[in-house]
Amino acid sequence: MDYGWIEIAVAAIFVSVVITLVLSRGAGWLSWRFWRNAMVVSSTVMILVLLWLSFDTAAQTRPGGERLAPWTVINHEVGLKWNPEKRWQEPVVGEETGFFGRVYSPEEAYALIAKGKLVVQSRNCMECHTLLGNGAYYAPDLTRAWLDPWWEERVMPIVGAQSHEEAMRTWLMNPPKYPQGKRRMPNLGLSEEEATALVAFLKWMSTIDTNGFPAYFGEMQ
Amino acid sequence: MTQAVQSHPKLYESQKLARWYFVVAITLFSAQLIFGLIAAYQQIDPNFLFQLAPFMTNRTLHVNAMVVWLLVGMMGGVYWFLPKETGREVVGITLAKIIWWVIVAGVTVVVLVYLFVQIGPAKWTTIWFINEGREYIEAPRWADIAIVLWVAIFLFNVIATVLKARRITGILMVLIFDLVALGALYTAGMHFTVNITMDQFLWWWVIHLWVEATWEVLVGVLMAWALMYLLGTSRRLLETWLFIEVALVFGTGIIGLGHHYFWIGTPEYWLGLGGFFSALEPLPLVAMVVHAVYDAGGHRLGAVNRPAMFWVIAQAFGNFIGAGVWGFMQTLPQINMFSHGTQLAAAHGHLAFFGAYLSTVMVLVYIAAQNLRRPVRIPVSSKLWGWAAGLLILGIIGIGGAFTISGFTQTLIERAAGGSTWAAFIQAYTHPWYANTLWWRFWFGMVMLVGFVLLAVDLLTIGKHAELPKAARQPAVAAAGGGHD
Ligand code: HEM
Ligand code: HEM
Repeated sequence: MDYGWIEIAVAAIFVSVVITLVLSRGAGWLSWRFWRNAMVVSSTVMILVLLWLSFDTAAQTRPGGERLAPWTVINHEVGLKWNPEKRWQEPVVGEETGFFGRVYSPEEAYALIAKGKLVVQSRNCMECHTLLGNGAYYAPDLTRAWLDPWWEERVMPIVGAQSHEEAMRTWLMNPPKYPQGKRRMPNLGLSEEEATALVAFLKWMSTIDTNGFPAYFGEMQ
Repeated sequence: MTQAVQSHPKLYESQKLARWYFVVAITLFSAQLIFGLIAAYQQIDPNFLFQLAPFMTNRTLHVNAMVVWLLVGMMGGVYWFLPKETGREVVGITLAKIIWWVIVAGVTVVVLVYLFVQIGPAKWTTIWFINEGREYIEAPRWADIAIVLWVAIFLFNVIATVLKARRITGILMVLIFDLVALGALYTAGMHFTVNITMDQFLWWWVIHLWVEATWEVLVGVLMAWALMYLLGTSRRLLETWLFIEVALVFGTGIIGLGHHYFWIGTPEYWLGLGGFFSALEPLPLVAMVVHAVYDAGGHRLGAVNRPAMFWVIAQAFGNFIGAGVWGFMQTLPQINMFSHGTQLAAAHGHLAFFGAYLSTVMVLVYIAAQNLRRPVRIPVSSKLWGWAAGLLILGIIGIGGAFTISGFTQTLIERAAGGSTWAAFIQAYTHPWYANTLWWRFWFGMVMLVGFVLLAVDLLTIGKHAELPKAARQPAVAAAGGGHD
């Protein structure tokens, strides 16, 4: 988009005020008519601005577009890198390593991630966890869960897994068996297929460009 | 003010329906508190009901019961005041009654399914019949459709009544516009998208554009009617204030939506737009405080219903503090980057919903309680209401305070210092500032529960015939009775 936020903000307010003033000629600023006009005009202008921005946002947030990785990103190594210009972390996509030992085609990857999203909703993850920072605060944020060093440091040894995705899948299929800290996650009865899909979804989500949230992920001790 | 009673004002059918709205609202309020207490206790002892009724189940019931009872309470308020405003019975009242009982049955089924089925396999059937898995709007798809139908009939009642009465007022104009928007926005939440960025983008259209825009305006409408009833404030004055409020609420709140688009994958311009417009969102809330205090002062607090008048003032300040101050506290992107997704949001959520919406419903139920008794007592008051209100408010201050401290701890330890990993999360919730405040929440929740019991008793007894001093039992000219003669 060719406009910065300041231009949009100033224009929206300016247009609202000018139209209100023109429509209310002759009415004092404390009058019923003036504020009725102000109400109708500001609501209309802001709704139009929102609709316009929504189309722009939708265009920029297509998977495979400017801000979201394509579904096939699950086949790749992924991580975060400091962007010195923006001064925040950005997701980076590395070489193709496969996912659970194989490479998914775009259709297969989409189907798998779609299934993973259904797992997230059907198990009500959001009422304990936050995803992209939204949800409940009983359990850790999942935005960058795939990238959490905890899987390799703690979970892999105790579940006896050979790979990162294997560790996540095994753990997610029976969390109370391997409690981590005082708060435990219940067993949500995931099948192996569902757990695989869920891990794929989490991996894809960890590559969304979130303007640097959460800050300094995994860089602190 | 001298005691007076109004002997036999008849109630409109829609006011009788409103009574059922209030009864169900208050019942669901009790459910909200119980599940909140269980959820709060599970944070203290994570083994409590683990697997049997996990945290997510209790929390789902806690927040869903809240959304439903507050909405039901406010809709009840519209059914209560609409015939007064239009001077006639509500059109389509039979239909309204039918859909109401369908909704009550539906809500019961949804609650039982949440409680006993809880979750399902990763299939469409789960989304349609068990749980949609998106905070606040978990209702399964079939229930979504029932809700849309319900709001549509409600809207029909309002519009048809206005047309039949051939009377449109500024308040009614705002109400109709607002209800259309409110209903339409709900449908933005009724879809499944794999792309979680777009999912949350539209999810916020329901959550934010409800509580920070359309609900806020609905409250403006209800408060205008309440002030007219309680104080006899002039329509011209109320309507002008209402327009100012709507201009500011929609003028800032619609693009203010952007404060939820900082970190979900949406473009960078939302950082500036969201920060700027949402920072202005407290403006209308200040206007509402000025308005309520100005009106009340102008009439020397000479209200016909003491508890309702108290809650009007509590609403004005509560809305400003809970939504305005606690919201502003975390709305600028440079702060939100670290406080986002911490219990600071829960502190704000509690204070804002209580201040803005629970208080509004309290105003409405007290006005209804006064006018449901025969004969109607004017002014009405009781010994209990002050205790009930005091304990409820004390409770929410305690809960809000506790969440503020734990949220602050999370912001510092988990987000700012810890880099938001799983390990950092554990560091935060085991930190003494966090762990200790868990108990405060629970015990202040208990205080609230006691307040609730007193409230329930008070609503059942306030203005009862027996309480009336003999001398006062004379037919009087109704100041501005809820019914018609
Ligand atoms: C009565 C009106 C309001 C209600 C009921 C309300 C309620 C809520 C709730 C429940 C949340 C948490 C959402 C979640 O679960 O993720 C929230 C988030 C938020 N609210 Fe409000 N709110 C209101 C008004 C405002 C206002 C006026 C502002 C700004 C000045 C504001 C700023 C915020 C911010 C910045 C967040 C995001 C917190 C985060 O990043 O985690 N709110 N609000
Ligand atoms: C007995 C009193 C109450 C207790 C013990 C209680 C406890 C809780 C707990 C433990 C949570 C979950 C927080 C988390 O995810 O970590 C919660 C969430 C919530 N409660 Fe309450 N609550 C009570 C009353 C209320 C009332 C009266 C309201 C509103 C009128 C309310 C509104 C909310 C909201 C909006 C959330 C979601 C917050 C968010 O996502 O940011 N609660 N409550």
